[in-house]
Amino acid sequence: MPARLALCLILTLLAGLPAAAQGFAGMGSTAAEGFSSPGPETRLTFPHDHGPHPDFRIEWWYLTANLTGPDNIDYGVQWTLFRSALAPREAEGWASPQIWMGHAAATTPESHYFAERLARGGIGQAGVDTAPFEAWIDDWRMAGDDDLRKLQLTARGTAFAYDLTLSAQGPLVLHGRNGYSVKSADGQASHYYSQPHYRIAGTLTLPSGPVAVTGQGWLDREWSSQPLAADQSGWDWFSLSFETGARLMGFRLRGARGDFTSGTWIAPDGRATPLAPGAFQADPLEEATVAGRTLPIRWRVTLPERGLDVEVSALNAQSWMDTSFAYWEGPVRVSGSHGGRGYLEMTGYE
Amino acid sequence: MIAAALQALGSHWRRHPLQLATLLAGLALATALWSAVQAINAEARASYARAATQIGAGGLDVLEAPGGPIPLARYVELRRAGWQLSPVLEGRARLGEDRVSVLGLDPLSHPPLPALEAATEGDPETLAQMLARGGLLFAAPALAATLSATPGLPAVHASDRVPPGLVLTDIGVAERLLARPGQIDRLLILPGQPAGLTPLEQLAPDLQRRPSRTGTDTARLTDSFHLNLTAFGLLSFAVGLFIVHGTVGLAFEQRRAMVRTLRALGLSLRLLTGLMLGELLVLALIGGALGLVLGYLVAAALLPDVAATLRGLYGAPVAGGLSLRPSWVLGGLAMALTGTGLASAQALWRMTRMPLLSAPGLQAWAQRAARGERRMALTGLGLIAAGVAALGPVKGLIGGFALIAGIMLGAALLLPPTLGLVLRLGRRFARGPVGDWIWADMRAQLPGIGLALMALLLALAANIGVGTMVSSFRLTFTGWLDQRLVSELYLTARDDAQGARIAEWLIPRSDAVLPIRSAEFTVQGVPVTVYGVVDHPTYSRNWPLLEQTPNAWDRVNAGAAVFINEQLARSAALWSGDDVQLAPGWTLPVAGVYSDYGNPTGQAIVALPALLAHASAVPNRRFGVRLDPGQVPDLIRDLRTAFDLPASALIDQAGLKAQSLAVFDKTFVVTGALNLLTLGVAGFAILTSLLTLWSLRLPQLAPVWALGMTRGQLARLELARSVLLAAITALLALPLGLVLAWALLAVINVQAFGWRLPMYLFPVDWLRLFVLALVAAGLAAALPARRLYRLPPTELLKVFANAR
Repeated sequence: MPARLALCLILTLLAGLPAAAQGFAGMGSTAAEGFSSPGPETRLTFPHDHGPHPDFRIEWWYLTANLTGPDNIDYGVQWTLFRSALAPREAEGWASPQIWMGHAAATTPESHYFAERLARGGIGQAGVDTAPFEAWIDDWRMAGDDDLRKLQLTARGTAFAYDLTLSAQGPLVLHGRNGYSVKSADGQASHYYSQPHYRIAGTLTLPSGPVAVTGQGWLDREWSSQPLAADQSGWDWFSLSFETGARLMGFRLRGARGDFTSGTWIAPDGRATPLAPGAFQADPLEEATVAGRTLPIRWRVTLPERGLDVEVSALNAQSWMDTSFAYWEGPVRVSGSHGGRGYLEMTGYE
Repeated sequence: MIAAALQALGSHWRRHPLQLATLLAGLALATALWSAVQAINAEARASYARAATQIGAGGLDVLEAPGGPIPLARYVELRRAGWQLSPVLEGRARLGEDRVSVLGLDPLSHPPLPALEAATEGDPETLAQMLARGGLLFAAPALAATLSATPGLPAVHASDRVPPGLVLTDIGVAERLLARPGQIDRLLILPGQPAGLTPLEQLAPDLQRRPSRTGTDTARLTDSFHLNLTAFGLLSFAVGLFIVHGTVGLAFEQRRAMVRTLRALGLSLRLLTGLMLGELLVLALIGGALGLVLGYLVAAALLPDVAATLRGLYGAPVAGGLSLRPSWVLGGLAMALTGTGLASAQALWRMTRMPLLSAPGLQAWAQRAARGERRMALTGLGLIAAGVAALGPVKGLIGGFALIAGIMLGAALLLPPTLGLVLRLGRRFARGPVGDWIWADMRAQLPGIGLALMALLLALAANIGVGTMVSSFRLTFTGWLDQRLVSELYLTARDDAQGARIAEWLIPRSDAVLPIRSAEFTVQGVPVTVYGVVDHPTYSRNWPLLEQTPNAWDRVNAGAAVFINEQLARSAALWSGDDVQLAPGWTLPVAGVYSDYGNPTGQAIVALPALLAHASAVPNRRFGVRLDPGQVPDLIRDLRTAFDLPASALIDQAGLKAQSLAVFDKTFVVTGALNLLTLGVAGFAILTSLLTLWSLRLPQLAPVWALGMTRGQLARLELARSVLLAAITALLALPLGLVLAWALLAVINVQAFGWRLPMYLFPVDWLRLFVLALVAAGLAAALPARRLYRLPPTELLKVFANAR
């Protein structure tokens, strides 16, 4: 993979402006002419909004899963399809300004395998269809019914592959206000909803051979044209599933003018409550050297209004995605006031 | 002592500045021609290597569809089966006034390219511009400048990391420029394929996998061209060394007395030899340095033409600019030193063996020479035999050059014995003592002037041989063009749709419209362009067939047979009656072989319906139009107004022939220039030899003068002798030149280009060359003769007084 080239590409895609070296992957630049901006009045409609929004600059279909093998070993799986638009339109053939990028990973307590795919829209190599739902890039697929309740998920790299069946056990969850999720004090925002209630079974193939796995999965859908403020350099994002059946999505956006935190509390029945800015707290407890950088791999996460005070630690500290733009993404264990599992994403650590 | 010895050695050059100049000139000429050729070759090779790193795909295997492009949908299908591939589309397009190669690729999947990386590092906007905002063309600065000035093209980015003559761009832009939407020429198979993929043989049995060819292709095609140049450079170098040999020999000869004195004064032989070696080293370095400067100038003057040839003939990416390379400078100096060593070894060796008190004498030389002549004759014959024998086991171009080297060197060694024989014969017909003396004296001179005459022989033979080859080639080529370019008008449409409209429009306005359509196939692993022709007498009446089977055209037109060009016939060893497999499931018998000059690759002709049945998306943009030649200008005007065609899209037959001949002539400009330079060097070699002999000959001339011949008579005789020797040499050079021409036409050309040419003889050229050789020899002898004429009688008297 032409990593340097692709990195420049992604920066360009996400930046839109030559001077926009602000924020992680240029996400903090101002919106370019012609792209739509997320609005608080927008009401999400399904299955339409499961599909792509080519007039927004960036978008993703992001699935993470905590799995367990027959010998009780924990595994993590990631499947992500990013869409980045060079211009707010779609076209047939090579002329399409839509660029697609896929990331897939499989994590064990000892190893972390990942792969990346890039594709141009317009030629059919990658894309997302609704009715029936299918998101794909090359031979990686996430496909199922219109309302995303049943999905089949496949991906493979040089050293790993997986083929998983997902079935949703609860409703879709809209973050923020009706799926309008604010990302900074300046009002940067995205459209954001999740399906955090997947039960999963399938096969994970590692260099040592195939493993029958079961577990739970969490799908995030988000699109925007300018999700970060200019001073924000990266984020720490948590999706945690507790043994009580409750779930928590919380993020901390690190900015020169101070951190911005927000999140959503999801009750066992799927009812979502947006968290007020600052209510969710995440503080690093232990750091490790990963790919030449120092990253927190053990956290104290608190949410006083829910009596939550837990320690979140990485299953594998080296869950580094050394892709075109690199970041940390891996499964975590939760202990303390609540036990559970989840996923952690950390970006913007230089 | 050392200082005194150095002074004594140096005083010789101070007293003989002309000799010093000659020595340095000889060294400089030898080094110059050699390094000029090396500089040109090095520049071209560096261009190929640069192009390979600039646009190559790192030796990745590729997938191709025999007989046509790969549809875009096929690529997506294979990607969706998991195969990591990268599409490439390439072709030639006329952008503005320039006809350029367009290389279209997908920057998202293609391995890193220097031009793109540099551009995106400088300005991250570049890639967005390339992919979405109207597109971006990458080109070398010179081409970029002309493209920027052309309206209607995407934005242009000048980059010195793109080979000359090439436009690098996104595949989406390339398919527009080439009018080939949805087409892909090949798919690079990327490293790091996922595990558990369905094999390509199952997924895409219609596609062929082959190793990467980019870069090595150019090198393979142009190898013969560079070998030709190298051979010429070596010849020039050898001829230049004759001059050095002559001058160094003279200097040592003239310094015998001094050497004896120095040694008598107690200077050890070892020290003296060391000092003389040091002197030669300094001279070699100075001459070599001069030669390098001269060589650089020659190379810089010739390179634009060579680059034009390489681009025109092979599509090789070579710029016209020359850069100074350390390897070339060091190589040139090393050649100068080696050459000086070789040329001086004999003189040095003789000096170390020289008895302190022996007097020199030409008679002694002559006696030694008689023994030497036999050895030389045997060695010469041996070399010729070795050259001929080498042709068997040593395959290819190297074998051809071994043959030529053997024949040339062997013939050169045979020259003095042959001349000796001729002179002995001449002496039989001599009348009177003067006549007898003249013949005998010439024979006595032979060992001294022999090497110079060898140089002349080689230069003349090379001239005749190369001249015969080029002229034969040109004659054949012109005749072949007449057969091959029969249509009165050739036109290129913008795209297939316009092509179809034009063809329809032309039908009532012309005698015939002949589509020129082709697709790429692979025969025995080598790319072959297959043309589909319609059934029309234009072809059967004129096509230049070298051999054919009965009813050849009927069978080809029926789709039951194929014609192949001579290049393919020779490289694949396929001739009339053999079967050739053009694609899996498409095998045809060869109905005939046609000559196809000026094209380094394989080609075949089948009936158009047969081609269309086996190849997809064959472009239909080029046509030959038959009509009354008088109507061509009118038709061109009407076509241009009716279809808005650029002037470059319409070429009449005469124009195309002129273009073809221009390319042909360019190809041999360098050959001609080197030829002439070599002859000049040979003339100079004769001059230095005669100057060398001059002082040695005084002891022989003095008695003849004393017997009553005037200095004027002696001077005229000197002149006549030189011209006579040159004449005999030139006569002997003729058969040698013809043998060389035969070897070039029948061996070298077949190996280098894949075609064998008929040999034509050009006696007028020989006559001109003969006269040129006599003039050169006469001029070379004029200076010593004039000196003799002006010589004060006291000098001649001194000969008797000193009796060295």
